[in-house]
Amino acid sequence: MTADVAPTTTVLEYLRDTLRRTGTKEGCAEGDCGACTVVLGELDPDLGRVAYKAVNSCIRFLPTIDGAELVTVESLRGSDGSLHPVQQAIVDHHASQCGFCTPGFVMSLFALYLRLEQPSREQVLEALSGNLCRCTGYRPLIEAGCRMGAYAPPTGWSRAQAASSERREALKALCRERALEVPGFCAPRSLDELAAAINERPEALVLAGGTDVGLWVTKQLRDLPPLIYIGEVAELKRVRRNGAAVVIGAAVSLADGWDAVVGEYAELGELAQRFGSPPVRNSGTLCGNLANGSPIGDSMPALIALEAELELRRGGVTRRLPLEDFYRGYQRKDLAPGEFLVSVSVPRRRPGLRLAGYKVSKRFDQDISAVCAGIALQVESGRVHGARIAFGGMAAIPARARAAERVLVGAAWDGETIERAAAALAADFQPLSDLRGGSAYRLQTAGNLLRRFHAEHGADAGPVRTAAATAAPA
Amino acid sequence: MNAVGGAPRHDSAHLHVSGEALYADDIPLPANALHAAFGFSGIAHGRIRELDLTALQGQTALVVATAADVPGENNYGSTLHDDPIFASGLVQYAGQPIFAVAAASHAAARRAVRAARIEYEPLPAILDIRAALAAQSYVLPSVHLSRGQPQDCLALARQRLAGTVHIGGQDHFYLEGQIAIAVPQEDGSMLIHSSTQHPSEVQQIVANALGKRAHHVTVQCRRMGGGFGGKETQPALIAAAAAVIAHKAARPVKLRLDRDTDMLMTGKRHDFLADYEVGFDEAGRISALLVTLASRCGYSADLSGPVNDRAVMHLDNAYFLEHVQIVSHRCRTHTVSNTAFRGFGGPQGMMVIEAIIDDIARALGMDALTVRRANFYGPGRNVTHYGQTVEEDILLRMVDQLAADSRYAERRRDIAGWNAANRIIKRGIALTPVKFGISFTATLFNQAGALLHVYSDGTVLLNHGGTEMGQGLFTKVAQVVACELGLPLSAIRVTATDTSKVPNTSASAASASTDLNGMAALAAAQTIRARLVQHACDMFGVASGHVRFEDGRVSAGEHSMSFADLATAAYRARISLSATGYYRTPKIEWNKTTMQGRPFYYFACGAAVSEVAVDTLTGEIQLLAVDILQDVGSSLNTAIDLGQIEGGFLQGVGWLTSEELWWTAAGELATHAPSTYKIPTARDWPARASVRLFGEPNREHTIHRSKAVGEPPLMLAISVFHAVRDAIAGCAAAGARPPLTAPATPESVLRAIGNSFAAGRA
Repeated sequence: MTADVAPTTTVLEYLRDTLRRTGTKEGCAEGDCGACTVVLGELDPDLGRVAYKAVNSCIRFLPTIDGAELVTVESLRGSDGSLHPVQQAIVDHHASQCGFCTPGFVMSLFALYLRLEQPSREQVLEALSGNLCRCTGYRPLIEAGCRMGAYAPPTGWSRAQAASSERREALKALCRERALEVPGFCAPRSLDELAAAINERPEALVLAGGTDVGLWVTKQLRDLPPLIYIGEVAELKRVRRNGAAVVIGAAVSLADGWDAVVGEYAELGELAQRFGSPPVRNSGTLCGNLANGSPIGDSMPALIALEAELELRRGGVTRRLPLEDFYRGYQRKDLAPGEFLVSVSVPRRRPGLRLAGYKVSKRFDQDISAVCAGIALQVESGRVHGARIAFGGMAAIPARARAAERVLVGAAWDGETIERAAAALAADFQPLSDLRGGSAYRLQTAGNLLRRFHAEHGADAGPVRTAAATAAPA
Repeated sequence: MNAVGGAPRHDSAHLHVSGEALYADDIPLPANALHAAFGFSGIAHGRIRELDLTALQGQTALVVATAADVPGENNYGSTLHDDPIFASGLVQYAGQPIFAVAAASHAAARRAVRAARIEYEPLPAILDIRAALAAQSYVLPSVHLSRGQPQDCLALARQRLAGTVHIGGQDHFYLEGQIAIAVPQEDGSMLIHSSTQHPSEVQQIVANALGKRAHHVTVQCRRMGGGFGGKETQPALIAAAAAVIAHKAARPVKLRLDRDTDMLMTGKRHDFLADYEVGFDEAGRISALLVTLASRCGYSADLSGPVNDRAVMHLDNAYFLEHVQIVSHRCRTHTVSNTAFRGFGGPQGMMVIEAIIDDIARALGMDALTVRRANFYGPGRNVTHYGQTVEEDILLRMVDQLAADSRYAERRRDIAGWNAANRIIKRGIALTPVKFGISFTATLFNQAGALLHVYSDGTVLLNHGGTEMGQGLFTKVAQVVACELGLPLSAIRVTATDTSKVPNTSASAASASTDLNGMAALAAAQTIRARLVQHACDMFGVASGHVRFEDGRVSAGEHSMSFADLATAAYRARISLSATGYYRTPKIEWNKTTMQGRPFYYFACGAAVSEVAVDTLTGEIQLLAVDILQDVGSSLNTAIDLGQIEGGFLQGVGWLTSEELWWTAAGELATHAPSTYKIPTARDWPARASVRLFGEPNREHTIHRSKAVGEPPLMLAISVFHAVRDAIAGCAAAGARPPLTAPATPESVLRAIGNSFAAGRA
C-alpha cells in the first residue's frame, strides 16, 4: 500500500480502480448485496493455519487488510486456465444469467468450499445469505453449492493447498513487529498501545470491523477523523470463559462472538444466524454492534436481557457498566472522550432460565429488525421469579420493558399474565413509524412476541414457527 | 447435431464465473476520462429559486452541466417529451436530476455535488393515487373499454360484491446500476457505451440532446447486469447526461449511478388501486364486472400509456368477461416517473381479476380453483374484451395436469386439517393461471434485424438488434444460426449490440426478443446458406436438394467438405458471405383508439400452485412449496427457459411479499438501497419446488415453434399472494375476505388478520 492512498479507500475501490481487477463488482456499497464479496486469508493461531473468510470489499478499508491474503474471483482459475470446482459447478448448473452478482456468489461459495467438503443445503443457504441475485430463482446456485464438493480437486486453490504450511509461512512472513501507521490511520498491536493512542488522540475514531463506519464514507461521503484500528490488538481478539461469564473482546468478530454466545445459550442460534450475513459477521464485531448503539442493533436486546456488562477503558483506568446503562439516548452513550470498549461479559447460564431472542423483519435473511426482542425469565413452580425483557426497534435506544417486567415478576406463569404483560408494553414504548414498520404494528408484534414466548415455554399452542410447517405432510 | 432444443449453457457463463465478463463499468477508459455524478432535487415539487454552483466552479478539474449546457433538446422522454435531462425552473419529484458534475474520480464527483446549494420554493405535492384521483391529476387521458351491458347485468346479478385491490410497486434492483460512458469522436460524433435494453432509443435521444442526427451517435452494449424493463427508457437519461458533459468537456465521461441515486432517480413498476363491482351466479361465474383502475405514473408519461393499456388488456387473465367495463386512470403524481417492469402492467391487471375471483370464492364458500374453472375461456366464450379470439384450450389442459400432479385437492384437505388443529401457524394454498399476450401492443415495434458474417475461414459472427441482459438471448439466437448452418454452437460468436451494425432496433422487451431477433437471424442465415448451397451445386453439379449442412460439414451428393472449406471456396469465387436478415410479426393489428383488434400474435400460458405458512403472531410468511407448469412451446433451450421461469417467479414473489417501496410524508423514497428494500434471497426459494415445461409446439409459426418466456412466469407468483390470503382466511370465519394488500409484508399480513381473529388470545 502506498502512502498516497487515503486510509478510507475501500478494498473494492483499490481492486477496481488501482489494480484494474474488475471482476469484483459494486452493487450497493453498503455490504448488503454481496457482489463485492472477496475472501480474506488470515492466520488463525488456534487452527495453526490460514483461515479464509468471505468479506464485503465495498465497505472494508484498505489498511485493515494489511498482512492478510486477498483472494478475488480472478484468483481461482488453475494455472492451466481451468475453472475452479466452484466456478465449474455454477457453469454446469446454469447458475449465472446476467452474471453481475456471480463473482460474489463464487467467492461466498469458495469460502464455504474451503471450510466444508460436503455442505448441506442449509449450510449453502447460510453461506449465500449475503448474496443477492435478481435473475435466477437461486435454485441452480443452491444446487451448485451442494454439488461443488463432488468435483475433482482443482489444480489451484484446493483445500489442502489452502491449509498448507507454505501459505501459513508466507503470511507469517508478512507479520509486522510494530503498528502499521500511515497518515490518518494506525493499528496498535497491544492493548496498552491502543489505550495510549486513543488517549493521545481523543478526536480519533476507533475502528473495528467497519461494517457501519464503512457506510459513513461510501454513503454519507463523510470525512473521517484519524482512525485507530483495533483489529490488530491481540488481547481484544480473544474470547475467554470463566466461571461467571463469557468475555468477548472488542475485536472479536460477530461470527466468533455469536458462536461464543450461542455456545452458552443455544436459544439464540436463530438470532445469530439472522444477524447480517457471513461477510458482515466475518468483518464486523459484536462489541462494535454494541458500541454503535443503534436502536435497531440486534445484539443488544438479548444481551441486555442476559445482564451483560461492558468493560471500558480510558488510559490506564477501566470501569464496568451494565450494558443497558450504556445507552443514554438516541446515539448518545456513556462513553467519555478517549474511552473505548474493551470487552463484553455475558454471564454464564443459570438454572431455571428461560430465554429467547426474537427478530421480526420483512425478510428472514440479512434484514434489519422491525422489532427485536430478548426475553429472559426465571420460572419456578409455575411462577415468574425474575424477568428481564429488552426490545430493539421500539424506542430511540435498545430498552428494557420495565412495565411488562413488573407485571410478570411474582405472577403466575400463564396466559392471563402474558396478556397483562403484553398490554403493559404500551406503557413502556411509543415506537415510531418508519419504513420497517408502523408504530401500531411494532407494538402489536412486541406483545405477540411475549405470547410466542409463552407458547414456546409452556402453553400447549401447537407449532409456533412457520418452519414447523415445512415438515408437514405435502 | 441439432443446435436448438437441449440445454447449452449461457454463452458468457465461463466469463461470468471468472470475473472476465466486461460490463460497462469494466471497460478501460482513455486516460483523460472524467467521472460524473448527478445533483438532484431534494423535494417532491417546487420551483428552483436559486441553483448556486459557485462552490463547485471554483474547484479545478470539474465540469458542471445544467439544462443550459444541453446543446439540443433537454429531454429524454420518448413519447411526450416531458422528461427533462436536467430540470430547470420546476422540480417534480425528489430525486429528479438538476445538474451533473464531472471530476477526476467517481468519489470526487459525488463529493462535489454536495457543495451545490439549491433553494426551492415548495409547491403542493400530489404523492399518491387517491390524492391524484381526487385532484383529477393525470399524465394521459383516461381510457374506457367496455363490452356488453355491464351496468344492466350487474343490476340483474344474483350475487354482487364490491371491493378494492391494492397493489404495490417494485424496484427493478438490477445488480448493475445504470451507467453510460460517452466518448467524443471526430467530427462531432459520439460513441456511447450504455447498459441499455434499447440502444436505438439511446442513440436517438443522445443525438437530439446534442443537436445532432442519428448517424452521429453510435451506441454499444455487450451485456447488462440485469434489466427487467428498468433499462428500457431510463438509460437514455444517463447516456444523454454523460454525452452533454462529454461534449462540454471534450473528454470521455463515465456516468455511473450509485445504488441510492439509481433507486431515487429511476422509475419503477406502477403501483395500482382498483375499485370493483362484480355480479356472479351461484357457481361463481361472473356475469358483470365494473372496474376502475388507477395507477401511479409519477410526474411524466414515460411508458405509462402502454403499461396501463396492458393492465386493461390483461384484466381478463384467463377468464371470459362477457359484460365488462374498465376505466383506467393514469395518475400524475410528484414522484419518480414509473416505467416498464417485467410484465408491463399485465401483472397488475391479473392481480385485480384474481383478487375478484378469490373474493367470489370466499363469499360463496367455494374453492377458488372451482370458481376459476367456471370462468375460463371456452367454446362460445372465447373472445377477449379487446376483440382477440382465444384460439386454443392449452391453459385448461395445463391447469388440469398441474392440479393432478401437485395433488392440489388432497393438499387443500390436509391444510384444512392443519388449520383446524393449529392456532398460531396457519397454512394456505392457491392455484393461479397465467395467460399473457405476446407482442408489443404498439404494432410497429414488432420488427427486428440481424447481421451475419461468415469469414473466409468459416467462422461466423452474429449481430442482431436484441440486447443481452442475462436472459440468454444471445445464446438462443446463436443456436438458431448454428442449427441453420449445421455448425456447432461454438462456431458462432455473438458481438455487442451496436446501432452501427443493425439500425432502428426495438427495445429488448415484451418477452419478444427471441421471437423477433431469432427470426431475423434465421433469415440472414438462410440467405447465406442459400448462397453456399448454390455454390456447392455449381462446384459439384448436384441439385440444391442434395446439399446438406451438418456437424460442421457440407455434403453435396457424394461430395463432402468442411463448412470452412466451403466458405473459403465461396470467398474465392467472389460470393458475398455477409447478409442482413429482417423479420416482422405477422397477423397482428391493433386499433389504439377503439382498443380492439389482435394485438398479440399468441398467448404464453402457465399455472402455479403455491403453499405457504403464516405466523399469525408476527405476520411473517414462509413459502413452503411451489409447483409450476409453464407453456414455452418447443423450447429452444430448456436450461435457459427454466432459469427464466424460476427467476421470474421469485421476482414476482418479491414484488408481492417482501419488496415494499416506502415514501415519507414529504414524498421522499426511504427504501433506496438493499438495506431497506428487500428482494428475495436464496432462502426464499422453496425447499419443495417442481418446475416443468409444457412442451407443446406453438401453433403459430414462431422461431422453431417456441414461445416467449421472459415475462409470463413473474405472474405465477400471484399464487403465493393468494396462498397467503388463503392462510389468513384460515384464521377467520367462513366467508371472510381478508383485506390483504400487496406486498404481503409481515405488517400487511398482521393487518389483514386483524384483531378479531389474531391468534394467541384464546
